[in-house]
Parts: sequence; structure tokens; C-alpha cells
Amino acid sequence: MSTFRSIVFSSVIAGFIVGLIVTAAQQFGTVPLILRAEVYEKAAEHRHEASAQPRAILVHDHADHDHGAEAWEPKDGLERNLYTAGANILTAIGFALLLCGFLAVRSGATGEPISWHEGLMWGLAGFAVFTIAPGLGLPPELPGVPAAPLLSRQIWWTIAVLATAAGLGLIVFRRSMPAAVAGVVLIMLPHLIGAPELEHVKTNVPSSLSHQFVVAVTLTSLVFWSLLGSLTSAAFAYFDRPASA
Amino acid sequence: MSQSQTAQAQHLPVATRQVGRLAQSLMAMTLGLFIVGVVGFSHIDVIHNAAHDVRHSNAFPCH
Repeated sequence: MSTFRSIVFSSVIAGFIVGLIVTAAQQFGTVPLILRAEVYEKAAEHRHEASAQPRAILVHDHADHDHGAEAWEPKDGLERNLYTAGANILTAIGFALLLCGFLAVRSGATGEPISWHEGLMWGLAGFAVFTIAPGLGLPPELPGVPAAPLLSRQIWWTIAVLATAAGLGLIVFRRSMPAAVAGVVLIMLPHLIGAPELEHVKTNVPSSLSHQFVVAVTLTSLVFWSLLGSLTSAAFAYFDRPASA
Repeated sequence: MSQSQTAQAQHLPVATRQVGRLAQSLMAMTLGLFIVGVVGFSHIDVIHNAAHDVRHSNAFPCH
């Protein structure tokens, strides 16, 4: 089987399983908190509309929120959860493809298949790169909590991810003192620059709810990356056997 | 002489396989980044609304 096909097969299988498990975990962890925060968000919107704000500001606000009033959105309940499951599966397959690409290059270079345990280590690296590093500057946020403009946050998030991945790569694979120092500096750099944030954040979402959300996101993400790393590597070791190469 | 030729002949296909493996891995990784980009980062309202809870749950920048 070609390397590309092995990677795609492994990623789709691992991504599907992990996406479903994480969807179930989110139903207990993050989703109840999102729904509770939306009660505050909607209450604030209603007050906003009831107040004598000029119409222009109201329209502007909505555009800023990326919540076009006319745009389709899934109905609460089953429909919304089905879309969440679908998006989780796609996200897991996407990250699995990325992860499995590294595994394929690595096992190609060493000539050894990647064990599930080494895959777990790669998954934990993904957790550090995609959850911990960007989450330090931009903590997981509930709906209804105002934040800096979306694009600036997406750019900072991407920079934090790239810098952390490059930094970890230097530390793990170069194994020299200068590379290790450069790696640590690279990981720190986006945080020294600082993530975009608003000067004044006014929200009626309780801070205890926001704190619970940070914990819930971090834990479900740890489950996501641990499972994705070990399952993807196990599946890839199976599909990438020398006999079928 | 003949020994080094044999060694070369053995090495070439391995090197070619390595390059093929790298290119295919990069292709898969690009596809993966594209999928994550659309689900987690697209500014299109409909995609945002469908993946709303996933974006918040993964701490992707949202709203």
C-alpha cells in the first residue's frame, strides 16, 4: 500500500473513533458549560436590543460577532449535537493526517514501525502545541465573553502553534545545547510578544464558569490527543507493514 | 569496484522510496491542515455555526 493511502486509512479510522469518543466526553465536559454561558449571552443581547442603542451600532455589533442574524445555524438539541459530532470527527481526521505524516517520515527515517507508545508521545506533543501553548495566551473562552478581533487572535494562535512545534522539534531532534536554548526561546517568544486582548472586558458570564471551562477544555483535549496519538500510530503500523508496501 | 556498484544499486531505490515517502507524507499533512483550517478557522457564517461548539471546546479562536 502506498504511504499516502496508509496515512489516509489510519487517519480516517483513528479520527472517526476519537471524534466520537471526544463528542461523548464534551457532552459531559464542555457543552453543558457552553449552553449555560449562552443563557447569559442571550440575556445580554436582549438587554442590548431593549436599550435605546442606535440601530447602526446594533448591526455593527452583530457583524463583529460573526453571528449574522440571517445565517443558518443548527437547531438546538439533536441537530446541533450531530453537527458537533461531525465537526469533531473532521477535526480529529485532520489532526490525525498531520500527526501521521510525521509518523510516516519518522518511521521511514528509522526503518522501524512507530509503537503505540511512541505515538502517544507524539500525541502529547500535539497537546502541548495545539492546546497548552495557544491556551496560555488565549485561554479557552465561553460564548458571551468579549475578546480581541477574531483575525488577530487567529494569527497569534497560528504563530504560537508554529513556534512551539519548531521549538519542541529543535529540543527533541537536534540534541545539542544551542538548539535546546533556541528551542526554549522560540517556545517563549509568542508569549513575550503577547496575545491580542481587550483592555476592558465586560461580561456577565461568571468567572467561575469560565474557569470550569478552561479545565474542561484542557482535560477533553488531553483525552483527544492521547487517543489520537496512540490510535493513529497503531493503525499506521498495521497499514504500513513492509509486506504490503 | 563491483562491490561499490552493488552498494549503490541497493542504496538508490531506498533513497527514491524515502523521497516518495516524504512527498506523500507532506501531501497528507497539507490535506489535514486544510480540513482543520476549514472546520476551525473559516470565517464563513454557516461553517462557524455548524462547528460552533467544537471551536469553543478546542479553544480555537471564536466569535
